[in-house]
Amino acid sequence: MAKQPPRRPKLAVWKFASCDGCQLTLLDCEDELLEVAGHLTIAYFLEASRATLKGPYDLSLVEGSITTPDDAKRIQRIRRQSRTLVTIGACATAGGIQALRNFADVDDYVRQVYPRPEFIRTLPRSTPIRDHVRVDFELKGCPISRHQLLEVIAAFLAGRRPSIPEVSQCMECKRHGTPCVMVTRGLPCLGPVTQAGCGNLCPPLGRACYGCFGPMETPNTASLAGWFAASGTDSAAIRDLFRTYNAAAPAFRRESEAQARTTSSHADDA
Amino acid sequence: MPTTPETRTIKVGALTRVEGEGALLVRIRGDTVAKLELRIYEPPRFFEALLRGRPFSDAPDITARICGICPLAYITSACQAMEDALGAPVEGALRDLRRLAYCGEWIESHVLHVAMLHAPDFLGVPDAFAIAETDPDLVKTALRLKRLGNRILEVVGGRAVHPVNFRVGGFYKVPNRDAVKALAEPLRWGIEAAVGMTAAVAAFDFPDLDVAATLVALREDGAYPIDRGRIVSDRGLDVPVADFGRHFGEEHVARSNALHGMTAAGEPYLTGPLARYTLNHDRLSPLARQAAAEAGLGPECRNPFRSIIVRMVEVIYACEEALRLVEAYTPPEAPAVPVVAGAGEGHGASEAPRGLLYHHYRLDGEGRITFADIVPPTAQNQKQMEADLRAVVEANLGADDATLRWRCEQAIRNYDPCISCATHFLDVRVERG
Repeated sequence: MAKQPPRRPKLAVWKFASCDGCQLTLLDCEDELLEVAGHLTIAYFLEASRATLKGPYDLSLVEGSITTPDDAKRIQRIRRQSRTLVTIGACATAGGIQALRNFADVDDYVRQVYPRPEFIRTLPRSTPIRDHVRVDFELKGCPISRHQLLEVIAAFLAGRRPSIPEVSQCMECKRHGTPCVMVTRGLPCLGPVTQAGCGNLCPPLGRACYGCFGPMETPNTASLAGWFAASGTDSAAIRDLFRTYNAAAPAFRRESEAQARTTSSHADDA
Repeated sequence: MPTTPETRTIKVGALTRVEGEGALLVRIRGDTVAKLELRIYEPPRFFEALLRGRPFSDAPDITARICGICPLAYITSACQAMEDALGAPVEGALRDLRRLAYCGEWIESHVLHVAMLHAPDFLGVPDAFAIAETDPDLVKTALRLKRLGNRILEVVGGRAVHPVNFRVGGFYKVPNRDAVKALAEPLRWGIEAAVGMTAAVAAFDFPDLDVAATLVALREDGAYPIDRGRIVSDRGLDVPVADFGRHFGEEHVARSNALHGMTAAGEPYLTGPLARYTLNHDRLSPLARQAAAEAGLGPECRNPFRSIIVRMVEVIYACEEALRLVEAYTPPEAPAVPVVAGAGEGHGASEAPRGLLYHHYRLDGEGRITFADIVPPTAQNQKQMEADLRAVVEANLGADDATLRWRCEQAIRNYDPCISCATHFLDVRVERG
């Protein structure tokens, strides 16, 4: 620790369409927060500070998805001002729950929610940040894990790539000795296709993984959906399982669309 | 002939130390406020629309994603609405466990707001990191207390942000006895820490401001309202949650992606800590009441600047209540009551840290959602926030622009506004005349 960097790197935290939970995770690092603040200059973090510094920024953390024409422009400006840009959370990496509009007619959504639709400016689809600008690293999760966020910041300060495993949730259950909820309870569990990292939360509670960390690398969703169907889950329910917080992540989107086609052809048969 | 009055414009381009995205524009002509607009430009996410067609059991987890700061408020109001719709009330030990977790959310959310978002205004600094340089013990105590709130959520709910252990009917698995009992000692510390922080914030300077609006909160027998209650007001309203829509409505204005709440008569009303405290002072614990009195609060508090004290008094209560529930805890035999999918209509409300959070759903024969209506506290308070801002500007016309701007920001932060929550709702049914 003898050698200090000549100046503290500037951190910026940006928000797009989201719940604030991922940037809150930074404030939830109660034990580490003041230390983190000691290694970085918090240059732009509206949820935490009234003081802002002009860019460029060394590390930008981006929460939220792009859903409005203005935000599509704003992310371009942020990219230009950021040396390293890391997206945090399911909204920023996959479009979030608000990407359910991608499977519907957004004008219909606006009319359902707002009495004066003409006041609302929105895009027909909710899209992840990487659809708009180059992203240096994506941290998944709804919400992200505090430990993984600290790892991303530590790796940035050390100038290395974050060490975030891309294995499935199944590996976590094996490592923790958690009985498989599909085998023992017959529950439709997304663990085999979901990236690990949450800290093995749901299966130990007897709950099936609901995929809040999004698809793992090269997931075989069709095979898993086949197992669900064989154990009595109908295609509408399987569609809904893949259609939550990471609904627009390509692997989950393709599977939910395949299930939706099955659902509608069954409806036609009936 | 009078000269043309000077026009000043005060702009806050992006509100800071609030959850979500908003802006403020004030135009002053001479000594009158010509225009005052709180703009909410947080992008809408259309929760009420995207819930349609989803199974009833999805509502708690999906609506939790409206707000990362108070997910349990959404989970609780959604669960209660579904339990109402499907005739599966959750009582006894399961209800107590929900209330315990909710105490954790109050502690976590209130302490975040008091120490990190609101206190800097009273101390004239930009953020809590600056407080940490001059008063590190205050910030460290606050962070430890906030961590305790999160810990309760982790023990009962599995995770602090978007907990995973709650469902319609109860829980997936009840926490084991030892994990819950281990919260007792930290909670005893938490009560003392909260009393200390209450005294610390009571020493701040509080500008004069008196809210005349109707106060609205939940109320129930024998306890301060957290997870449920009847809806009451200081004007004599006392109705079940199902009657919410008869007494309150919303309107849509061009500058805001959040609908503005109002009473059936079209008047602003106030929900949140001031309303809860004033309507339920008699339900506080003796220690919380004593701490409030020592902090200079009477049985009523209508000054939004003093909400920082009320939040700390509520943290004292939440720590004591959590301790009581922890000490009484015996793991319930079943983690949930049986819930059968079917048609129905249900209402649920709880006291989110920022105020009353109301959910209303209708379900088809398969238990899928056909209609959803969510009314978060920040939307209800928006009209009153604008009224406060007008009063604050009028009282500070002599101040320079920078001072006036900061004071306006502080007045907004009095409400701990959660703009992420406020942006999305409902089929509005504003009934007039």
